[in-house]
Amino acid sequence: MDRNRKVAAALLLAGALGAGSIAAQEKSSALQEIEKYRAALGDDNPAELWEARGEGIWKEKRGPKNASLEKCDLGLGPGVVKGAYTVLPKYFEDSGKVEDLESRLVTCMENLQGLAPAEAKKDPFGGPGKKVPMDALVAYIVSQSRGMKMNVAATNPKEIEAYELGRRIFFYHGGPHDFACETCHGADGKRIRLQDLPNLTKTSDVQHTYSTWPAYRVSEGEVRTMQWRLKDCFRQQRFPELEYVSPASVALTMFLAKSANGVVLNAPAVKR
Amino acid sequence: MKIRAAMVGDKVEVKVLMAHEMETGQRKDSKGAVIPAWFIQNVTATVNGRTVLSAEWGPAVAKNPFLSFRFSGGKPGDKVVITWTDNHGDKRTDEAIVAG
Repeated sequence: MDRNRKVAAALLLAGALGAGSIAAQEKSSALQEIEKYRAALGDDNPAELWEARGEGIWKEKRGPKNASLEKCDLGLGPGVVKGAYTVLPKYFEDSGKVEDLESRLVTCMENLQGLAPAEAKKDPFGGPGKKVPMDALVAYIVSQSRGMKMNVAATNPKEIEAYELGRRIFFYHGGPHDFACETCHGADGKRIRLQDLPNLTKTSDVQHTYSTWPAYRVSEGEVRTMQWRLKDCFRQQRFPELEYVSPASVALTMFLAKSANGVVLNAPAVKR
Repeated sequence: MKIRAAMVGDKVEVKVLMAHEMETGQRKDSKGAVIPAWFIQNVTATVNGRTVLSAEWGPAVAKNPFLSFRFSGGKPGDKVVITWTDNHGDKRTDEAIVAG
């Protein structure tokens, strides 16, 4: 009897100490509140406002060439929006580089609409009182791949190169804190303040994470894209600024996207 | 505005997503100047001319407000009309048909 009680007590203690991620035990109240918000929204998502605006911008004639983006090749042929996000990033002949969605939109703005590169890349992220075309376009295009499986080929030598570069960047320690992506995202059960962190070296986590970006960030009242998320990660690590649609950002995206292959896209999603 | 209206039991559940900055008038910009208040003050929902919801909002309501409510006495096919007016005098109206 006494021995059994001791064993039971030991197991209880071990269970408490060996707790997995916060999510496995009890959820943080922040997570619970967000889930309540999601449940109240049901099928609705403020990102829909961006999706509707994005569809308008896709069809709107802009720039010196007074053309719309409707002939833009997003990876499945000119003008094909449905399913295009599932094959990105991808190598494109016309630009000679591997491009993710935002990079591709910048290319099309330059080529089809005649916008200067600086103009096309200007102000990609919205803010209070500031509506920008890019995040709306991303929300619209991604919404047209909702429910479909990520299917990044990464067969072209340049695509393989981008994947390998992205992987190297993920594990590269640098900056004043000697951080790498893997510092926060390289193991189970990590958390920053109240935010549980996915282990992006684990397939199930990277799949779940990738399938929920871009997302409407409630705390910001904006739709945030993958480029935004990576740039903010670099900022949080106190790395030098990650330039918008730079080869490094596309490489990192390629690494994550290919790792997430097979997951059903559920974006634009809702996040804290 | 995005409006969805559907029957839930014998009540109609309406969900509305409004695009609005909802500035409280308390925030300051990067230069230190106060960003003026700009928020929805009144929301009304009518069905076949009957007011089913009337709301007075203030700066506490968040950006891009999401409103969800239920009312009785509605049926599939009814037209729900939502109107908001803000403190600038701007007004927006949208409608949706109650789904089955």
